[in-house]
Amino acid sequence: MKPPAAKPASSATRAVQVVPPSGPTAWLTTFTAGAMTFLCVFALALSLASGRLADRWSEALARTATIRLSAPAEQVDLQTDAILSVLSTTPGVASFRVIDDAEARALLEPWFGPDLPLEALQIPRLFEVMEGDPPYDSEGLRQRLLAEAPGAVLDDHTRWHRPLAEAAERIRLLGILSIALIGATMAAMITLAARAALASNAEVIRVLRLVGAKDSYIARAFVRRFTLRAMTGAAIGAAAGTAGVAALPVADAAGGFLTGLGFSGTGWLWPLILPPLAGLVAFSATRRAALLKLKELT
Amino acid sequence: MIAFENAAYSYGGGELLTDVSLRLAPGSFHFLTGPSGSGKSTLLKLAYAELVPTTGRVTLFDRDVTSLSRDDVARSRRRIGIVHQDCRFLDHLTLAANMALPFTVADRESDPQDLDDLLAWVGLKHLSGALPPQLSGGERQRAALARAVIVDPDVILADEPTGNVDWEMSLRILTLLVELNRMGKTILVATHDLNLIRQAKSQIQTRVLRIAKHRIQLAGANL
Repeated sequence: MKPPAAKPASSATRAVQVVPPSGPTAWLTTFTAGAMTFLCVFALALSLASGRLADRWSEALARTATIRLSAPAEQVDLQTDAILSVLSTTPGVASFRVIDDAEARALLEPWFGPDLPLEALQIPRLFEVMEGDPPYDSEGLRQRLLAEAPGAVLDDHTRWHRPLAEAAERIRLLGILSIALIGATMAAMITLAARAALASNAEVIRVLRLVGAKDSYIARAFVRRFTLRAMTGAAIGAAAGTAGVAALPVADAAGGFLTGLGFSGTGWLWPLILPPLAGLVAFSATRRAALLKLKELT
Repeated sequence: MIAFENAAYSYGGGELLTDVSLRLAPGSFHFLTGPSGSGKSTLLKLAYAELVPTTGRVTLFDRDVTSLSRDDVARSRRRIGIVHQDCRFLDHLTLAANMALPFTVADRESDPQDLDDLLAWVGLKHLSGALPPQLSGGERQRAALARAVIVDPDVILADEPTGNVDWEMSLRILTLLVELNRMGKTILVATHDLNLIRQAKSQIQTRVLRIAKHRIQLAGANL
């Protein structure tokens, strides 16, 4: 009987071959990586969506302000002129306009219905102010309005803009934290699986040490195998997670925050980095576990 | 090659070996004998740096084993062929792949012709595609010897290489060891088989060391 013809194989492939091909931990690594990557896709979607929301709110609210004029009827026109005069001479104000009765009616319609008799109500006159670049000094503008038009109140939306932006930013951070925790959990699970695999192959390791194998060579066999398993699981998890996100209702249809939980544009490419990232996590975790375990074993 | 200077090894509070001084000169052939549990395997493990002495000094190719890193130990073992009584193989690899293992772990290519010749030398060419569990005790011993010499080591350490085989197979293994020694290899064989030692002495010049009361001594002609 002739020895089997040697197939040309890389040293990494040969290193993998010296370890028995399967073990009880084989499926565990693939499953863990798959499940963790699936969850990671959702955390990523949450993080990106909240980031978009924070940006949108910041963008929309930071650039506009409203001036409310509540004054006795005989002074309204006088103070309106004063306000327009102040705004036209304030640096940092890009544009401004008076919100007319039709717009005011549209704004109040959700609360009072379409037949609102504006003339019968004491409705404050509203002005919309667009911020320029560089922006105006809101405190200075507030002081000038107080002097020129005592019935005018500048509302630059800071009161409710800031908490909303902060909330969105925190959700984004929670998303990032979740991704980090998922990565750490995956590393821990793969470490346990790698240690179990090394322990169950203690006899194989003894033989390899006996014939002169270095720790790095033995570790390489396990590292390559676990990395490939993790990448396979992560690819499946990423595909399933992306499909799940794609199946969510689109933001435009319902208009809520939860329905906006998804990717947009190039954001759909983000799940593609998860399998290599999972591979990197598996590589680091297995290599560290292997080198430590090898010192214990021999 | 390998030298012991007043080396001792203790385990679990008891001293297994005491004050061992020994030098394996290049090309020498040593037998190590003594009753079971006397410390023959321990001495061999000290010789290939599986263990380090608790006191005294063991040098491997002129380097103190306590100064060797794990990688240094691995590199040193590529210069030492080790044969155990319980021949250890990777059961999922063929005999040929097991033979080539010292090359594989060193990231070197083995020459298929050399492998073929080596298997023929130990009479196992017809079994190159077999898996280790399919081999008999004698075949495993010869395979272990072939694996030990494939990388052309300087020293061969054999721990009871004939422990699991019949007399005829023992002689065959001895013949292989003698041939290796004639090729210039340094050989140390731990065995309690005095007949094997006598047989070897009739063929080549050997030194016989005996472990008694944890100490090593040169055995006389009363074997």
